[in-house]
Parts: sequence; structure tokens; C-alpha cells
Amino acid sequence: MAHEPQHVEQHFHDAANVTNPEHAEHHVVSPAQYALVFATLLACTALTVFAADINLGVFNPIIALAIASFKGVIVILFFMHVKYQSHLIKTTVAVGFFMFLVLVTMTLSDYISRAWGLW
Amino acid sequence: MDSAIATTHVDSPGPGAVEQQHEHVVLPQHRHHFATEEQQRESGSFGMWLFLLTEIMFFGGLFFAYLLFRNWYYDAFVAASNTLNIGMGAANTAILITSGFFMALGVWAAEVRKKNLLVLFLVLTTVFGCAFLGVKYFEYKEKFELHHVPGASFDVSQFIHPPVDANTGKPVGNPLPPDAAQKTQMFFFLYFAMTGMHALHMIIGIGLLFWLLARAQRGDFTAGYVAPIENFGLYWHFVDIVWIFLFPLLYLINRHPLAH
Amino acid sequence: MSASSHTILNLPDQSTAQLPRKNFINAEHGLLSWLLTGDHKRIAILYLISITFFFFIGGAFAGLIRLELLTPQPDLVSSDTYNKFFTMHGIIMIFLFLVPSVPATLGNFLIPMMIGARDLAFPKINLLSWYLYVVGGILTLTALVLGGVDTGWTFTAPLSTHYLNTHVITTASAIFVAGFSSIFTGLNFIVTIHRMRCPGMTWFRMPLFVWAHYAASILMVLGTPVVAITLVLVILERLVGIGVFDPTKGGDPLLFQHLFWFYSHPAVYIMILPGMGVISEVVSTFSRKRVFGYTAVAFSSVAIALFGFFVWEHHMFIMGVSNYSALVFSLLTMLVAVPSAIKIFNWCFTLQQGSITFETPMLYAFGFMGLFTIGGLTGVFLGSLGMDIQLTETYFIVAHFHFVMVGGMLMAFLSGVHFWWPKMTGRMYSEALSKLAAVVTFIGFVLTFMPQFVLGYLGMPRRYHAYPQEFQVLNVLSTAGATVLGVGYLMPMLYLAWSLKYGAIAGDNPWQATGLEWQTQSPPLTENFPEIPIMDHEAYDYEWLEHKTAQEVTHVG
Repeated sequence: MAHEPQHVEQHFHDAANVTNPEHAEHHVVSPAQYALVFATLLACTALTVFAADINLGVFNPIIALAIASFKGVIVILFFMHVKYQSHLIKTTVAVGFFMFLVLVTMTLSDYISRAWGLW
Repeated sequence: MDSAIATTHVDSPGPGAVEQQHEHVVLPQHRHHFATEEQQRESGSFGMWLFLLTEIMFFGGLFFAYLLFRNWYYDAFVAASNTLNIGMGAANTAILITSGFFMALGVWAAEVRKKNLLVLFLVLTTVFGCAFLGVKYFEYKEKFELHHVPGASFDVSQFIHPPVDANTGKPVGNPLPPDAAQKTQMFFFLYFAMTGMHALHMIIGIGLLFWLLARAQRGDFTAGYVAPIENFGLYWHFVDIVWIFLFPLLYLINRHPLAH
Repeated sequence: MSASSHTILNLPDQSTAQLPRKNFINAEHGLLSWLLTGDHKRIAILYLISITFFFFIGGAFAGLIRLELLTPQPDLVSSDTYNKFFTMHGIIMIFLFLVPSVPATLGNFLIPMMIGARDLAFPKINLLSWYLYVVGGILTLTALVLGGVDTGWTFTAPLSTHYLNTHVITTASAIFVAGFSSIFTGLNFIVTIHRMRCPGMTWFRMPLFVWAHYAASILMVLGTPVVAITLVLVILERLVGIGVFDPTKGGDPLLFQHLFWFYSHPAVYIMILPGMGVISEVVSTFSRKRVFGYTAVAFSSVAIALFGFFVWEHHMFIMGVSNYSALVFSLLTMLVAVPSAIKIFNWCFTLQQGSITFETPMLYAFGFMGLFTIGGLTGVFLGSLGMDIQLTETYFIVAHFHFVMVGGMLMAFLSGVHFWWPKMTGRMYSEALSKLAAVVTFIGFVLTFMPQFVLGYLGMPRRYHAYPQEFQVLNVLSTAGATVLGVGYLMPMLYLAWSLKYGAIAGDNPWQATGLEWQTQSPPLTENFPEIPIMDHEAYDYEWLEHKTAQEVTHVG
């Protein structure tokens, strides 16, 4: 295996940038940004409690889940830094939620389409 | 790299091996099988995310069971949910979010190498985490006293004949027929299973926090080695997200049962 | 296989050959250096020893099952005991043998070497993985010694939650722990493959063995947690009696099955994909030809992993699921067969115009290709709803999954062990004995399981220890085959163990294969390579190998 002489200046020479193809800049999120997210999360918590007290019929659970999802997303993007991470990490997070959705929807496909009573 | 003479290379390392030794000197946490510290850090983070994916799927089974039985026994779930203390639940949500906020600040403190701030934030994270568990303890205790723990001691009578609210003069919920009233046990089982599993993850997290605190106090994480704090933060935030979903699903099913 | 068949086996001159002075086996001494190792190769050996141990326990139960089934009457053991036989056989073989077999032994050993890395990403987690496996194994043995469990390996509720007083909780805990062993192995592989490839090793230059393990690892990481929570729920249901799966309390037994099979179907792909990776390597090496349609084979591994998540309900067609969902899952099951078939076609085209030789790994590979095809096709029959109603819960199913798992996966495992044995140990085994064992295994297998297809469509139910008189001949044939099969599996134990001390010195590359693992000493150094290699050629590049060996110094002076 012929290989060209390697220079010691930095790390070793990785021509195809194989070891770190997903190189993402190391971004430090500031406390101010965290504080903003924190305040938003608390506001959303209050919002979801108040929304639950208003009678919106079938929209109550939808709104509750929407607010919870929004909270989850901002925790993931900012507290967990995913906004500043590589494509690999972003894809990984998406895959996780995709699989959860597969579990729920495909199992539901049985329960929803049963001919007998309960659904 | 001729195989016949490969073994002798161990004694007289080629240029590649020299770089590895060069790396060792630079950063103390660098493990030998990684080429660069950056590779190690990104691998660690990726590994933690994969672990969190397993946790998503682990809780996923419970969430599906909840979804199914909530739809099968909606009225029973509504009645049972309304016996939960929404004030405690909301307070716990705020407490856990605050704990997460301090954890995020802790990661920042480690990155800007401020040891005392890091220790402070880790302590605050732990304190709020313990506060969460404390509130949970009181909630569980109340459930036990009201005979809402599923099993032999479960009391369905208050669902068959709902008590009258002293303020409004109206019953707190619709009376349920006896078989539907029995299904409130399903709600409580899922309540205890899901919050219990969540609490178990919190307890493990708090245990890890104590260990991290000890090491942070020694200065292990404010000299450039942030990975354990960062990766623990990912775990802690994930546990927070689970609660963010548990709160509306368990506590806020339907606060207006009498209206519809 | 004529006596004068050409072989590619190329051993060094035995009069002067020696094992390398320094290798991963003699690098450190003492039991603790093995029990506390971080070296992926040592962990692989630890796994190899443990899974072999459990294989023989599972095999003993298989023998007992077949012994009972020699006669139509339930005369050897009581029905409860018979239930324990097939339950323990299933649990041990699936969770303690097949799931870890190729990934934890060959995968652990080879993946870092194949991609030019020094170790897996997380060596300590790798060791933890082995300890979790051992704990799971000990818990299973505990359940066994305390009296066993008789639910069937599928733990179906409400039988397992309400109607049995055997050691369900112990066994469920055992599998829970073993499941985390699997999760951590998969997690380690995914991070390693993404992040630790050597310079020049792009995704499409990796050996297909690595692709197969990547796909299986995705299944391990995403699927196993669901069976974990399911087992937790079963344990809670038994301990506290709540009713998620109990109809009298409003629960649904089918919920258990949905959650259980959500993992257990991908589990079969976890088991088979690494074996398919082995076959890709072996077929290429022994036809001296690159794998035909590399990209198709690589993507088909990932496709099997993806589609494998969408088909679990085909285990539940007769259990009370809705007809509409059964239709959907049946269609999806047909689709999942396609990527597997793609692989078989690609291997066949690899063989075409190749320079084929019939060493032992290749014999097992041929066995795999034939038997897996039969098993896979019968799976398609079972995927069609009308057929499934007739054939499910009969011996047809038993034959189907033994064809894919034993005729397929176990043969692939043996192929891999025989292929990489010289690399792992530096020694070569007796070619004559190993070929004989391969043939004996094949004959024993067909004799054992082919009659079971017939028994199945004639209507013999599975998990019964008594059957109508007219089925006896086929059952006797099956038991006879099982005896032959047992001999076939015992033989490798003997000659492989013998080879450790007396086998020929294998040298670096006795099979003249192209992978990176073959370009370094056998057994390898602890750090795998003296210098990190740089990958400058495609996978399975036999011209590159020829060019390299032509330039090599093989004699000094």
C-alpha cells in the first residue's frame, strides 16, 4: 500500500476527510439564548394549563400536544444544541422520531380498522 | 506494508505512528484508538444520541399503551385524570424545565472554563431535580391515601358517585357505570408506570450528577474536556422532554368533563 | 468436488513458519487481562466461548424435543415439561446464540480491522456488552435450574401473565438484560462505522460485511428497546396484576403481541443480516471475483433493515387483528422479501464466470444460499393471508424459520468461523475433517427439517408433544436427521480445538483475500495495524491484491 509522506503539522492527512466528514463548527450557545428558551418554555407551560381550562372541545388535546411538541423541539434545538450540530446528528434525531411514529401509526392501523366496538 | 515484515514495524514505527504519539501529548483525555480528539468528542456525542434513540423507543411502548387505552376508556381516563393535582403537575413541569436550564448553563460554564460556575449550575440542576422528585413523592402519597393505587386497595366508589365540589355545588365529574369506573385503574396503572419509569430515569440522572459534581469540583471538566457534561446534558434534557409530554397527556386530558 | 480440485489455500512454508512473536493473544497474560480487556478482539473471543456454551445447552433441548417426538404418544415427559423444552430451546438459541452470534464474535473482531481502525468507538461499552450478555445468560440458567419456563419463547399474554406459575419474571429479566447487550453492541458498531473509517475508506469501499452489520445495528438500536418495555410490562403485570394485557381488566392481549413482534420481527433480520455479510465475503473470496452489484447488495442490507420494521403483524394474522391491517402487512411482507432475493441473485452472478473453489467456508456458503432461498420462499408463502391461516402454528412455520435461521444463519456463522479462524488464531484446521463436517451438517439439516414442511401442511401443530399416528414416519426421519446434525455440529468443536495447538501455521492471508484484515499478521496485533492503513482501492479488488503479492518479499535471503 503506497502512501505519501505524512506531515505532522496538524492531525494526520486524511485525503477523503473520512474520519470527520460531518465536521461541524463547535458553536457555544450563549446564556442569553438559553434564558430566552427557558422563558419561552415556562410561558408555554402556563399557556398549556390555561388552554386546558378553556373548553375547546376536540381541539384541547391537539393544542396540548402541539404546545408540548413545540417545547420539545426548542429543547432539542437549543438546550441540546442540535441546531448547531452536523447533518449526522440531525438525521439521527429525525430517525428516532420517525421510528416512534412508525410504532404508533402502524400499530394504530390495526386498532382503528377493527370491525368490533371499542375504537 | 508488506505482511512478511509487518511485525518489525512495531519496533520502528512509521510516520503514521508518530502522529499518534504526538496527539497523546496534546490532550490527556484522548483515547488511543481515536485519531483526533475531535473525532472522539463527536463519536461520544453521536453515541449518546443513539442511546437516547433507544430511550425514545423504550418510552414509546408506554406512550402507545396510553394512547390506546385513553381512546378505549375516554370517560374513565377523564375522571381519573381530574383527580390529579394540576398545580403540582404544572409546578413540577416548571421545576424540571428550570433544572434543564441550569444544566444547559452548566455546559456553557464548562465550555468557557469557569469551574465555580459549573459546580454551581450542577448543584442547582441537582437541587431542582430533587425538588421534582419531592413533589412526585407528595403526589404519590396523595394517590395512596385516596386509594387510587391500582390493586386490591383501589376505591372505585368516587367514580361511580362523584363527590360534590364545595365551591360550585356540582359534582366534580360525570358518574361512571361500575365497569367503566373499573377502567380508571388502567389510567392509574399507566400513570404510575410512566411517571415511575420517568422518575427512575431522574434518580439515575441525579446519581450521575453527584459523580459529575465530584469530578467538576476537581476541575476535570474546565480544562477543555467538556464531553461528559455535554453528553449528560443530552440525557437530562431528554428526560425533561419525556415529562413535557407526560404532563399534558396525564394531567390535562379534559378539564371540562361536565360540558361535553 | 473432485479429488483433484484446485484450492486457493496458500499456507506459508510450514518448516520455517511461526506464529507472530507479538499478537493480541500473548500481549498480556492472566485471566484479568481477558476479563477486563478493552481489546475488541479479546472480547470477540470471550463472546465466542460464551455463545458456544449456550449453543450446546440449546442444542441439548432440541435433542430432547426430537426424542419426545419419536413416538406419537406423549410418553417421554409430561406436557408441562415438554413446553419447557421448546421454550428454553427457543430462548437460548435466539437470544443467547443467534442474535449475538456473528455480530458479537466476528463483527466485534473484524469490523475495526475491516475499516482500518484500532478498535471500536467505545471499548469499555463493548466489554460491558459482554458482561450484560453473561448476566442475561446466568439469569436464564437460573430460571432453568429453578424449574424452567413454559410460555414458549414468545411469552404470549395472557398465558405468560396470568395462567402460568413458572419462572417468567426471571426469564423476562434475563432477556431484558441480554437485550441491552445487543443494543450496546449495535450502538458501538454504528458510531464506529460512521466515524472511525481510515483515510480513503469511503462508504462504498467498505466490505459488504460492514454494511450488513451497519444495517443490523440500526435494527438492534431501534427495535430492542421495544421488547425491553414489553418485558417490563409483563413483569409488572405478573407482579402487581394491573391489566394492560388482561381482557378482564380492560386490557388487550394483542397489545402485547404488537409490542413484542415490533422487535421480534426485526430480530430475525438482526440475526440474518450479519450472516449475509459473511456470505458476501466468502463467495467473493472463493470465486476470486468482486461481489456483483456491490451497491445493490449494500443498499439491500439497509432496505431489509428499513422494511423489516414494517412487517411485524404477519406473526399475528390469526390472532384477531383487523382484516384491513392484515392486508397491508401482508403486502409489506411481500416487499421485504425483495431485497433478500436481490442478494441471492447478486451472489449467483458473483459466482458466474468466477474461479470457484470448494474450501469449507464456501461449502457452508453454498449450503446457505440453497437453504436460505428455500426458507425465504416459504416465508413468502406464509406472508400470503390465505396460506398463513392454514399453515401458521404448524410445523410448516417451524420448518420455515429453521431453514432461514439454521440452514441460513447458522451455516453462515460456521462459514465465517471457518473463514476467519486462521486470522483469529493464526492456525489452520484440518480441511478434510471440516469439509466432512459441512457435508454432514447439510445432510443432517435437510433430513431434519424438510419432513417438517410436509408435516406442517398435513396439519401437525407446533408445540405439541403428541401427534396423530400417521405423522410418525416423518417425525422419525426428522429425529434421525437431528442426530446427524448434532454430529455435524460437534465435529467443528473437536477439530477447531485441535487446531489451536496442532494446526498448520496459517500466515497472514491463507485464502488470498482482499480485505484489510488479511493484510496484517495472524493473529493480529492488539493495535490491529502497525500504522493506520490508507485505503486507495475499491473493495474486492483482486488485481490490487495480485499486484501487491507480486511485490511482496516472501523469503529472506
